[in-house]
Amino acid sequence: MDLAGFLIQCLNSLQYGLLLFLVASGLTLIFGIMGVINLAHGSFYMIGAYMAYALAPIVAATFGGGFVSTLLLGLVLAVVLGYLLEWAFFSFLYEREHLQQVLMTYGLILVFEELRSILVGDDVHGVAAPDWLSGTIPLGDVMTYPVYRLFISAVCLALAVAMYFVFSRTRLGMMIRAGSTNREMVQSLGVDIKFLYRVVFAAGVAIAVLAGMIAAPVSSIYPGMGNQVLIFCFVVVVIGGIGSIRGAMLAALLIGVVDTFGKVLFPEAAGVLVYVLMALVLLWKPDGLFRAGS
Amino acid sequence: MTAGRSRVAFVAFAFGALALYPLVAEDYGMDLVTKIMIYALFALSLELLVGSTGLVCFGQAAFFGIGAYAAVLLSPKYDAAPLLWLMPASMGVAAAYALFMGALSLRTRGVYFIMVTLAFAQMAFYVIHDTPLGGGTDGIYLTAKPVLAIGGATLLDLDNSRVIYGFTLACLVAVFGGLALLLRSRFGRALAGIRVNEQRMRATGFSTYPYKLAAFVVSGAIGGLAGFLFAVKDGFVNPEMLGWHQSGAVLIMIILGGLGHLRGALIGAFAFVLLQELFMSEAVFGAFARHWHLGLGLTIIASVALLPRGLVGIPAQVRERLFGRRVGRPFGARGSPGTEARNGRL
Repeated sequence: MDLAGFLIQCLNSLQYGLLLFLVASGLTLIFGIMGVINLAHGSFYMIGAYMAYALAPIVAATFGGGFVSTLLLGLVLAVVLGYLLEWAFFSFLYEREHLQQVLMTYGLILVFEELRSILVGDDVHGVAAPDWLSGTIPLGDVMTYPVYRLFISAVCLALAVAMYFVFSRTRLGMMIRAGSTNREMVQSLGVDIKFLYRVVFAAGVAIAVLAGMIAAPVSSIYPGMGNQVLIFCFVVVVIGGIGSIRGAMLAALLIGVVDTFGKVLFPEAAGVLVYVLMALVLLWKPDGLFRAGS
Repeated sequence: MTAGRSRVAFVAFAFGALALYPLVAEDYGMDLVTKIMIYALFALSLELLVGSTGLVCFGQAAFFGIGAYAAVLLSPKYDAAPLLWLMPASMGVAAAYALFMGALSLRTRGVYFIMVTLAFAQMAFYVIHDTPLGGGTDGIYLTAKPVLAIGGATLLDLDNSRVIYGFTLACLVAVFGGLALLLRSRFGRALAGIRVNEQRMRATGFSTYPYKLAAFVVSGAIGGLAGFLFAVKDGFVNPEMLGWHQSGAVLIMIILGGLGHLRGALIGAFAFVLLQELFMSEAVFGAFARHWHLGLGLTIIASVALLPRGLVGIPAQVRERLFGRRVGRPFGARGSPGTEARNGRL
């Protein structure tokens, strides 16, 4: 592998890792703060990708098109969806055991997949990147790199920084952190914890949907895409440590590198490498690299 | 102990009915009930982990699929393999993977354990799916079914649908009885102790890790047996058998049936497969039968919301409604009391 090829794979790893981080951060937040294990989180990614496909013509017809307005409309829909889902299905799961949460959210996956199949169909689709991002930049003498992939990395990085800021620097973030440590105490101090949970859940859904929407142009959209991402997110959360945003970031980047370079260097073992990495981390640190709160 | 007697009577009645069923059954019914019994075995393997030991394993399909693939890959290409060798070998391969998976994943607990078992099952899935060994997405055919032959005489030929029905039923009865005995033994009591309070078990001097690992290996062997039977029944294996939908389905079976009871696994397997057949039936739902996952998903959500103790718990739930008496909290409730003595019940 020459230098340009190496550089391209590095950029690809970064982009993939950051995208994984976006989806996994919602999963780890919802678990860390509400104690709910949400298998349907991968479905939100899938819903996002299909939204990018299905909303674009609608947006083009009503607002005259535009990549950014499609993203914004998708985000609004995602927040509404997340808010309603929390109210209808998740609000009574907090007191139940993890097992029942697994089952309920597994049922939701089946429902989401079938609704998707009824509404949009089972075909594989491609989504075009917007014109103003479809160029390439030259790397070395012959190689080029698409601008859109750099755009994905930039959006993910911006969101990661924003999340860090909200959590550690704002009043809302303080209440969320307090609510994850001691729900009753925060409630007795006059914070509406139910509303807070609903906001966090809606935010988690919105982030996963956004990840799906911006990822749609680089990965074609297909029915099982949510499950694939979900399982990788589990690996990210396990390696990074549950509830830890910092750990999720590190683990997602690590998996991005291992998966991308694995596919190039050892194509026959690529599917297994990520799990081998997880097994090694577990042998070394059973609680993940960063346990939340430690 | 009338409640205990009625439980034994229920199980005896169920096995009796299964034994008499071939007298009246047609081919379709025989095949369906054989499939249900195989799933019941599979569900029993998971019940040992989840219901008896409190280990929520979300990768049980790995053992099922590995058992099935082992049955096909270890068979000679054209001749029938000897049953007495092939069956233990398939179970052994599945148990070996359970040993590997358990040794690593039992270092974690709680939600970690759920995710780690899922990830290890996916790893097995990708090994089978991506390497030339497993035949890719298409799967592999088992051309000659195993036989039990002594000398020149063939005693059991599993190519015959009635023989495979009877053999599956015998396996189911043996595993059910074996597990019932196991859970009553000192080993089973220790597993119950681990489920209720692992900290306390360690404080009383039990090294809990070997117990959990042993339960994991036994469960893997039973899951492998179910996979072996499935491969022999259909003569065909594909990677979907290791997929995580399969792990989810078997978890749903035992929860639908009722956790903490061996008979819950039987009832759950019956209810789940029959529900699946119902939602897939074009006679009932017409063209909409293509979207059978929707009905199944909604049923799962409804059963989590309305039946926290599963089908086994319905009589108690009805009694509470009628007489307003609370008989312990649902299994799913945190810190539920009265779960101490549940192991060993049918």
